[in-house]
Amino acid sequence: MTSSTTTLAAPQSERRMTQRRRMAELGLFAAIVLMLLLAPLVMNPFVVMKIMCFAMFALALNLLMGFTGIVSFGHAMFFGSGAYAGGYAIKALGWPLEAGILLAAASAALLGLGTGVLAVRRHGIYTAMVTLAFAQMLLFLAIQAPFTGGEDGLQSIPRGYFLGLLDTRNEFQLFLATLILFVVVFLIVFRTVHSPFGQTLKAIRENETRAISLGYRTNRYKLAAFVLSAALSGAAGAMKAAVFELASLTDVSWHTSGEVVLMNLVGGIGTMLGPIAGAAMIIGIQEFLSGIEDWILVINGVIFVVVVIAFRKGIVGEIIGFLARHEGR
Amino acid sequence: MEIFGIPAQALYGQLALGLVNGAFYALLSLGLAIIFGLLNLINFAHGAQYMLGAYVAWMLLSYLGIGFWGALILAPLVVAMLGMALERGLLRHLRDVDQIYGLLLTFGVALILEGLVAQTYGWSGMPYPNPLPGSVDLGFMRMPMYRLAAIAISLVVCLAVWIAIERTKLGAYLRAASEDADMVQAFGVNIPRLIMLTYGFGVGLAGLAGVVAAPVYQVSPAMGSNLIIVVFAVVVIGGMGSIAGSVIAGFGLGLIEGLTKVFYPAASTTVIFFIMILILIFRPSGLFGSTR
Repeated sequence: MTSSTTTLAAPQSERRMTQRRRMAELGLFAAIVLMLLLAPLVMNPFVVMKIMCFAMFALALNLLMGFTGIVSFGHAMFFGSGAYAGGYAIKALGWPLEAGILLAAASAALLGLGTGVLAVRRHGIYTAMVTLAFAQMLLFLAIQAPFTGGEDGLQSIPRGYFLGLLDTRNEFQLFLATLILFVVVFLIVFRTVHSPFGQTLKAIRENETRAISLGYRTNRYKLAAFVLSAALSGAAGAMKAAVFELASLTDVSWHTSGEVVLMNLVGGIGTMLGPIAGAAMIIGIQEFLSGIEDWILVINGVIFVVVVIAFRKGIVGEIIGFLARHEGR
Repeated sequence: MEIFGIPAQALYGQLALGLVNGAFYALLSLGLAIIFGLLNLINFAHGAQYMLGAYVAWMLLSYLGIGFWGALILAPLVVAMLGMALERGLLRHLRDVDQIYGLLLTFGVALILEGLVAQTYGWSGMPYPNPLPGSVDLGFMRMPMYRLAAIAISLVVCLAVWIAIERTKLGAYLRAASEDADMVQAFGVNIPRLIMLTYGFGVGLAGLAGVVAAPVYQVSPAMGSNLIIVVFAVVVIGGMGSIAGSVIAGFGLGLIEGLTKVFYPAASTTVIFFIMILILIFRPSGLFGSTR
């Protein structure tokens, strides 16, 4: 153990670095929240709410894809089941919004537990195929199930009170409710990523065999990350259902699964703020091109190809890389 | 005559339909397996390339008057050529990065192809005339002539591919390169070209399946993406290990799907996924898969 002095010294400077990066992330996030708060002054508040809902969804997926190294290509099943569960609770059972969101998170978590147990048994691209197949199965079940409204979906989901304080029938208060949930979801992901649990996830991502040899039951950690990611995706789906008063088959479709992967890819897989940037960019492009909606498939496809070929780190990843290079000088 | 309270005719009819579906599952999962073996790539664009095969057949007929049998040769070649261009232009650059990027890239390509075709011809399906009208009497049932032909084409092609891979020199190169590409390259085989040709061949099979599918189903932009996800489940069930495995799993699952349609129609769309769940529980590497 002659190298113990050097290995002790290194983490300290490293810890300072991560500490600084963590503060920077929080500071930037505060700036983002401020920007979001002001955004409705210049643009349609529903677009901003849509961005926040998908940013939550993308953050949840990033916990898995970026920080655990599990690629799910079927995450729409959690988003969609959350939308249906939340929508049903609010519309048919008359629950308040926050209860609907909690039920959505719980049902998505349950679904995540069932599918996750099987999905983490395979690795890499196999997991991607398995999750995709599960999502497709859920889509078929959603078409047949009696409470989803089939092709029509759950329409005109009523807006009620959020936490008994905000009357979401009012547009601004609905906006605030979305923003609050967005901040909560971000902080949960942030806290998880920087916790010892999150460190273990990163260790699994980097070298699973090694993590196993260190005594970690990696499948349990992976499953826990899977369930948490599913629950947060479900909450995002319920909020989306409340904002747009609609839960539909689109929410469960593979297009949605692909879109949220794209948001992560564009923003930067494995970065804290990347999913938010990616969601803003993809939703922004779609809104900008709303006149020619039919081209969205092609445009999404082109973005996929360009990002995969030209900048795999994504926007935020490239910026971090740029800063790191300059700091190193 | 009745079997388990089901009229025999209905049972046979659904079984035949199941075999037709299975013929497509087999052709598509065969192509996926060949591509995966050498390129380590899950070709997400496979469904879109299948759809493209059907559209090329439709275009050949509508614009050039080339019928089904001509299209059966030409359309797979066109699709294979486009595939090789894709490999050469884009996929080749992803050789050294994580496998997942290949999946993401081909996913993007699938979106582009589906979107472009939908832009040009619309989302609704277009019929393709049946080249073999009429039906044959098989003794126990009457079977539409073309469906029988579709099953036969798929079986013959699958068998030919299997023989080509197991018994020819080129097939030996392919198998060797799947094991250790660097070593084979050291022996003087042009691996980049072999990879390009293999990808072209795999997507050519998808194109062929698309042509065969055109008279059975309608030609529509979404025909591929709906099918490919089921084929992914078929691949997970069969395992990526063997060529024969993907063919057997394809036909077998088509049959099971057909049977489900008779006995419990509500589950017919999901039965393959349920089987996938069982396989994942009891034999995670798939029926014929090696643990990779």
